Parts: sequence; C-alpha cells; structure tokens
Amino acid sequence: MNESIIQLIDVVKTFGDQRVLEGVSFDIPTGKTTVIAGASGQGKSVILKLILGLLSPDAGRIFVDGKDITRMRRKEFNGIRTNFGVLFQGAALLDSLTVFANVALPLEERTRLSHEEISAKVIEMLERVGLQGHESKFPAQLSGGMKKRVGLARALMLEPKIMLFDEPTTGLDPEKSMDIYRLFYQTQQQFGYTSVIVSHDIPKIFNLADQVIILNMGKVLIFKGAKDIQGSGAPSIQALVDKTMGNIYHSNELE
Amino acid sequence: MMLHQVEKIGESTLYYLQDLGRMGIFLFHSMAGIFKRPFRFSEFIKQIRVIGGNSFPVIFFTAAFTGLVLGLQGYYTLRKFGSESALGSAVALSLIRELGPVLTALMVTGRAGSAMCAEIGIMRISEQIDALECMAIDPYRYLISPKVLATIVSIPVLAQIFNLVGIYGGYVVGVYLLDVNPGAYFSSMELSVVNRDINLGIVKSFVFALIIVWVCTGRGYFVHKIRNAGYGAESVSRVTTQAVVLSSISVLVWDYLITAMML
Ligand SMILES: Nc1ncnc2c1ncn2[C@@H]1O[C@H](COP(=O)(O)OP(=O)(O)OP(=O)(O)O)[C@@H](O)[C@H]1O
Ligand SMILES: [Mg+2]
Repeated sequence: MNESIIQLIDVVKTFGDQRVLEGVSFDIPTGKTTVIAGASGQGKSVILKLILGLLSPDAGRIFVDGKDITRMRRKEFNGIRTNFGVLFQGAALLDSLTVFANVALPLEERTRLSHEEISAKVIEMLERVGLQGHESKFPAQLSGGMKKRVGLARALMLEPKIMLFDEPTTGLDPEKSMDIYRLFYQTQQQFGYTSVIVSHDIPKIFNLADQVIILNMGKVLIFKGAKDIQGSGAPSIQALVDKTMGNIYHSNELE
Repeated sequence: MMLHQVEKIGESTLYYLQDLGRMGIFLFHSMAGIFKRPFRFSEFIKQIRVIGGNSFPVIFFTAAFTGLVLGLQGYYTLRKFGSESALGSAVALSLIRELGPVLTALMVTGRAGSAMCAEIGIMRISEQIDALECMAIDPYRYLISPKVLATIVSIPVLAQIFNLVGIYGGYVVGVYLLDVNPGAYFSSMELSVVNRDINLGIVKSFVFALIIVWVCTGRGYFVHKIRNAGYGAESVSRVTTQAVVLSSISVLVWDYLITAMML
C-alpha cells in the first residue's frame, strides 16, 4: 500500500482571470485524517473537485492510489471513483428521491444486495446519523443540517477507502457538530478509511487531524497536527488559530 | 480593431464547434446508456407517464381543433371544385403526413421537453449529477437514457392519437355542420391514404422525438457550459427557453428535409 493515497504536485487552477490555486503540492497519508482549512473562497471545494476529477487542473498532476488521474480516460477513472465517499458542500441529494432512497441509492446501483439487506443497512445508518423517522421525507422538506447528515449517511454506505467531507458541520449547532465528529471518529476507527475534511473556519477537530493544510492566496501551508500549528510562529495563522483554540474537541471526548 | 473582430469570430466558431461536439458525444452516451445494465425500467415507465400524462390533454385539444379547422377550410376549398366528398381524404392526408407529427412534436416540446431540460439543469447546478458521477453511477444510464427511450416511444403513439382525434374533428364539421356524406368521408380516406403516407408520418415522429429529447436533455445537462447563460436558477430558465426554441425550429427544419427526401 502506498504511504500517501492522494498526491497533488504543483497543481494550478484558474477560472478566467482568477487564479485560485497557484502551484499547490501536498500528500494525503493513507488511513489518516487530513483537514483542509482556509477562509471562504480560497479554493477548498475546488481542491476536492480536482481530486474527484470533476474539474481538471490547468497544470500539475494529481495521483490517486499511485495513478495519475489527470491523464486518465473516463472509464478507467470510474474504477477509481468507487474508492471515494463524498459529502458535498450542498449535500447534493437527489431531490426527487426520499431520504431513504437517497441513502439506499449507492447500494442499489452498485451492489447485488437484496432489498431487505439494503433496507436494514439504510435504517441502521440513518439511526447513526440521528435521522430515524425521517426516511420518507424529501430533501426539500429537510433543514440544511439534516441534508448534510443524509449526505454523510449516503457517503458512508459503501464503506469507501477515502472519504472527502466538504464542510460537514456548517449549519449544525455545536451539539450536532460534535455528533458528526463523533461519527467520523467512530467510523474511521471501524473502517480505517482515509479522510479529508474541508472546513472554512478553523475546525474544532485539529486534535483529530494527523495533518492540517491551510490554504491561503493560492498556496498551502502544511502542518503535522495541532501542536505544529500552535508552535508555528506565523502571526496570521496564530491569530486564526487563537480565535477558536478554546473549543477544540479532544479525541477522548469523541469516543 | 480588425484583429479584434477576427479573434471574436474565431472564438465563436470554436465555441460552437465545441458545443456541437459535446452534444454529439452526449447523444452517443445517451443512446449507449439504453443498452447498459441495469436498465431502469420503472423510471422508463414513469417517464412515459410523465410525457404521456403531461401532453395528452394538450394533444387532445390541439388535435380536435386542428381537425375542426381542417374540416372547415377543406370543405370551402373543395367546394370550389365540386369535390366536397374528398374532404375525408384531404383532412386525413394533412394530418397523417404533416400536422399530426409536427404539432405533436411541438406540444410535447412545450410540455415535456421544457420540463426535462429544467429538471436536468437543476440537477446539474445543484451538483446532483456530480454526486452521481462520484458514486460511480453513470448519469447517462441513470438519468438520460430512460427519458430518451420514453420520448422515442411516446411521441409516435401520441402522434397517432393526434391523427385519430383530428380525423374525427374533421368528420364532426364535415358531416354534422356541413353536408358531407358520412360514408364518403371515410371511403375517400381509405382510397387515398397509402402506406407511404403512414410511413412518412411515423418516420417523422421518430426523428422529431429524437431531436426533442436530445436537445432538451442535452441543453440541461450542459447548462453550466453554455455561453452567456448566466448562473444558477437564471441559467436554467434561459437555457430551458433556448432549448424549447431550438428544438421547435429543428423540428420544422427536419420536417422539410424529411418531406423532401421521402417524397
Ligand atoms: N465553476 C467555477 N467557475 C468559476 N469560478 C469558480 C468555480 N468554482 C469555484 N470558483 C471560484 O474559485 C474560488 C474558490 O472556490 P471554492 O468553492 O473552492 O471556495 P471554498 O474555499 O470552498 O469556499 P467556501 O468555504 O465558501 O466553500 C472562488 O473564488 C470561486 O469564485
Ligand atoms: Mg467550499
């Protein structure tokens, strides 16, 4: 197994005149948690979309599992995609399907499980994200935070090797955020997936992170865990961190 | 200044070529998706219901009034030559060869085509299509192909319904309001309508169905890549209008081409 499951090398991405990423390089270690932080509009979601092949970089290379996805054919890439579980920033639920059907979708389309087996798994997962009783609602009838949790349930269904979470806790109250982080922690312990968590404020889970990537003005700063950040003398980062350091969650709270 | 103009023309040409290429690839994948397993049969049935259910009332009324008007117009024209008894044949031929397929196609575009375009466009801008791709679910097989097949099946059937209703509309005017002989109405029709007319009508409805579903779903699918369409909900509404206009015009152009080729 590779030490790093995802590698970005000198990735450049522009939209028209706007340079969003100006030569970004980092590795995502296998089986670990990486947090990508940065202010709004810095390109965090763009990075996830590049890794997912939904956008292609103007320059640079992206490796997933040792394979260069920037020069890969669609069909081959679909094979790689089965490794990913994704929670989109806007949840991206299929709005003509119920909560139940949304969560069941990946199992129905990608496995040969019977309806009963699928149903049992879906019910269990919905319970874990605290949505029991909402199975037959449609996405339009849910709050933002509930949608997020449905998206999370859907992403976890196939027990992927890599989980990408785009702002999993925006729109949730602190208690619900805590629940979500607890769920990450537990499912990661259980399945051992690599997780990449994007957040636009300094996340409260730095203590869970094995690596923190801060994206600023098209460049990245890479830190090994929270201690490393606290010790980095850069004043702007210090200011960013200090603001929220008070309520960092500790992993022992999450068990 | 001159150079600037040339650059602009070049840019536009490139854009349209790219757009055409994209739509071509889209058509290929949507057709291929029909043969990929598992085929979403229940979705296909649902789409038939949506297309049929949405369009049937409109088609029924359009057909009835088209038949009534054809009956009136036909009667006054034919009377000048003393051949009112040929009314049935005139009404039936106009409907089967021309008005049935064309008006059905235009009505379905307005009712179902626009809805498909908007639905897929919204799925695109709300990242639902991206989500499907990320779950390694082929969006063509999952979303587009059932719509394509349902449209190709529904439109020819709806066109036949249009023809039938229209023919009875002409009958009502001719026989009840004016004084055409009821027997003559149908016998003139039987004598003059040949297989070739019916085939022409059917070929037309298949081609129109393909055009409509291709243009409407394709424009929705690429709503984010269409130039000057704006963003978000606005882009979906603009692109939907464009798709309806484009598919209506294409239907009329192909109507001419097919008639010219098959006559
Ligand atoms: N499809 C696109 N077309 C044009 N510009 C885009 C596109 N997607 C993103 N951008 C631009 O790229 C920049 C980064 O966007 P991105 O969505 O990655 O921000 P973000 O870091 O995720 O912010 P947030 O925390 O608010 O989600 C933004 O300035 C945005 O305007
Ligand atoms: Mg974002």
